[in-house]
Amino acid sequence: MKIVVIGHGMVGHKFLESLADLAAGSLQGAEVTVLCEEPRAAYDRVHLSEFFAGKSADDLSVVEPGFFERTGFSLRLAARAAHIERRTNTVTTVDGETFTYDKLVLATGSNPFVPPVPGRDRKDCFVYRTIEDLEAMTECGARSKSGVVVGGGLLGLECAKALRDMGLETHVVEFAPRLMAVQVDEGGGRVLRHKIEAMGLHVHTSRNTVEIVDGREARHRMVFADGSHLETDMIVFSAGIRPRDELARQSLLAVGARGGIAIDSHCRTSDRNVYAVGECAAWNDQTFGLVAPGYDMARVAAKHIAGDAEATFAGADMSTKLKLMGVDVASIGDAQGKTAHCRSYQYVDEVKQVYKKIVVSADGKQLLGAVLVGNADEYGTLLQMALNGITLPPEPEFLILPSSDGKAKPGLGVDALPDSAQICSCNNVSKGQIGAAVGQGVCTIGEMKACTKAGATCGGCVPLVTQVMKAEMAKRGMAVNNNLCEHFAYSRQELYHLVRVGQVKTFDELLAKHGKGLGCDVCKPTAASILASVWNDFVLKKDLASLQDSNDYFLGNIQKDGTYSVVPRMAGGEVTPDGLIAVGQVAKKYGLYTKVTGGQRVDLFGARVEQLPLIWEELIAAGFESGHAYGKSLRTVKSCVGSTWCRYGVGDSVGLAVELENRYKGLRAPHKIKFGVSGCTRECAEAQGKDIGIIATEKGWNLYVCGNGGMKPRHAELFASDLNKEELVRLIDRVLMFYVRTADRLQRTSTWRENLEGGLAYLQDVVLNDSLGLCAELEAQMQHVVDTYQCEWKTAVTDPEVRKRFRSFVNSEQVDETVVFVKERGQIRPAFAEERELASTSTLDA
Amino acid sequence: MPHVTDTPTATATLVCAAADILPNTGVCARVGGRHIAVFRVVDAAGQDRWHAIDNIDPKNGASVLSRGLVGNLGDDVVVASPLYKHHFVLATGACLENAEWSVQAHPVEVRDGQVWVSLAGA
Repeated sequence: MKIVVIGHGMVGHKFLESLADLAAGSLQGAEVTVLCEEPRAAYDRVHLSEFFAGKSADDLSVVEPGFFERTGFSLRLAARAAHIERRTNTVTTVDGETFTYDKLVLATGSNPFVPPVPGRDRKDCFVYRTIEDLEAMTECGARSKSGVVVGGGLLGLECAKALRDMGLETHVVEFAPRLMAVQVDEGGGRVLRHKIEAMGLHVHTSRNTVEIVDGREARHRMVFADGSHLETDMIVFSAGIRPRDELARQSLLAVGARGGIAIDSHCRTSDRNVYAVGECAAWNDQTFGLVAPGYDMARVAAKHIAGDAEATFAGADMSTKLKLMGVDVASIGDAQGKTAHCRSYQYVDEVKQVYKKIVVSADGKQLLGAVLVGNADEYGTLLQMALNGITLPPEPEFLILPSSDGKAKPGLGVDALPDSAQICSCNNVSKGQIGAAVGQGVCTIGEMKACTKAGATCGGCVPLVTQVMKAEMAKRGMAVNNNLCEHFAYSRQELYHLVRVGQVKTFDELLAKHGKGLGCDVCKPTAASILASVWNDFVLKKDLASLQDSNDYFLGNIQKDGTYSVVPRMAGGEVTPDGLIAVGQVAKKYGLYTKVTGGQRVDLFGARVEQLPLIWEELIAAGFESGHAYGKSLRTVKSCVGSTWCRYGVGDSVGLAVELENRYKGLRAPHKIKFGVSGCTRECAEAQGKDIGIIATEKGWNLYVCGNGGMKPRHAELFASDLNKEELVRLIDRVLMFYVRTADRLQRTSTWRENLEGGLAYLQDVVLNDSLGLCAELEAQMQHVVDTYQCEWKTAVTDPEVRKRFRSFVNSEQVDETVVFVKERGQIRPAFAEERELASTSTLDA
Repeated sequence: MPHVTDTPTATATLVCAAADILPNTGVCARVGGRHIAVFRVVDAAGQDRWHAIDNIDPKNGASVLSRGLVGNLGDDVVVASPLYKHHFVLATGACLENAEWSVQAHPVEVRDGQVWVSLAGA
């Protein structure tokens, strides 16, 4: 069977994924060709604004790497379909190439609607849809002071955020009397407007633009029907979308009353062999501008083509919950209360700027709709009630009223939900599917996202997914067990809290108060790390030494033959010629192997235990300190050349890197921490792959967080921009201390962030808005660590008690004969077993 | 299977003072030409318990077991190899993760604050 797909956006790609999943049966050997108009494969248009937060077009791709190679589907980019000839089942592209089909699928999406205003085609007026649009906006933004978004709906407000992040004085101009007029009612619209204005954006409602002409103080002057005007340097139209049904009209397929390619419940057009899915399709004269219904249609069309005659699309629930510029907004069902005889309950808090409304049926038993602005905590519960027809409790107002006496709100135990209840609408994941994943061992949100995709797209359902997951785990008798090990019935985060609050200073005390047994190789280093983060005592102090992993005990990295590597700190990757010479001389004297690390410093290998203090003494004399390469601690702050020397640099990346490394050296954490500082957007220090990444712009420093390399690399995300050094350091102090306090044992920042309920927005709330009231404490704790820093090597070599421990044998000065080196490329390396047998003159018993 | 005797043999070697070993850590001693890991473990009642096993990790031949973290897994008092964290029962030398990596356990006794080690079944 030959299948041709016109359009490769999110829904087009979902169709391909669904086809691939259906593999066998009537689709065996199907030849699939995809014609994509844009020069790039499908990307996440829902999260387009993240492009301005540093995500690249590649980062936004929704195509799994290797998808086309694996499936054998053929993707043609920059290949716009121009003409469909249904009599001969052919599609012709603008370049004249033709393709024949047995089945044709149209996934052509929408065009942004631009009101027919004279002047809309002027230079520096844009629409907000493709990556090319965004690139053009970025270029214009760089030479503009102000910007206007025409359209105050979902997409318009996202776009306004993007303009604000670009540093422009931002205005939103809306034709209707309120913002988000479709999803939100008058009361909700009022609160939304207040909150957005509180962020420095200017909102103009009931404005009908009649023309755009040259401005006097800015590039454009927008003239409104009421005679007022607004001047601005840049205009972006985000006033709605219109389905792209031009190919349907050209080939005489039926279209809907308000446009869109008419489809039946199997997503078929008026031609049995042609389907339409996504924004371009009209079902019962309804078009759908959200991605979840489009995904539904894609799945139905794929199933139907594969022979499943029962596969149907029955409309979509347009409920949605999102966070716009930090404001929670949610809309469920009949939010405007249009159902005959319906009644509503409304709660308004003008101080906290919160608005909640529920719409109930005339008999008071069914929830018909809801609007939540400023706080959408009840969204999950209310949505499930509305979708599943669950009978309302006798006093439904308590669903939205704040609980005054600490009582839990009447909710919905998730147990009341049927297995078929759809929990994640973007990816169509049901309660039953979440339960199945739990049955296979999934027990964290991060794993659940990866395994079922629930919560992985818009993120709105994450709290409910978490609730369902925990309920399913409890049902299966899987205790939600975060216990560290058999000795402590607590998670690392809980232990941290116990240490701080109880002022616990030793492991023995911790074990006596909160644990049992003797401890083990899991809890001892964890306790050591916690004690170090809180009290920052010398790690080899008598009562802490026995808790340390070998690396931290000997302050080096143990290698496969029992020798250690030595890494002196070179903050920011900077070292003087004398420093290099000193390191070289030490390496030569002790016959060590030398190599430069990815962290921009020198590593020396082959040191036996008893040589370590001698090596350190010489390095300390040359002005070096421990590089903490062995610890779950700050490793390095990688830097690029920066503005001091580089012709492109706009910030002194090396200077900042040196300062930051010297500030945070010695911090101990749940896992290793790496920073990167780049002096310009070329990003030569690869800061976006680091736990803390910093990039210089002309306006200051941009801070990125939670990037990691390793087995599953993850890019850091933009956290805050245009910071000066003081602001930057303050935020880093808070983020790092919050990570230290709350992460699991051996959890990198990327996993920690993935598992934070509320994700990046939550982290920003805690750190930028101080939502937990912790910031002063976090900063004080970090300052304590900074103030009590001591170089561990220095302390170790000057303490005879500690120095005594650095011996291969307690009763002999003999050298460890199991350590055998051979030469390779002019340096030593540990001998392999075969080589050792040849070289050995040992007196070891057989 | 290694067998452990309670009394040191006639060839017991004096390796160090008890105070030379930090509580809940180990050191490596040369005994009769072999590398032996000697551990001082403080039990739940606060008493010192002494153990000795071979120091060489059979997994790859590095002489490192004395540098591992001690603790208990269930009823067994164990040390975890610093290289790969597999566990050795201090009383018997048995490796919990893979019997093929088990080592010998040796008799150790403390008399008048001095630590004596002999080799098992020599």
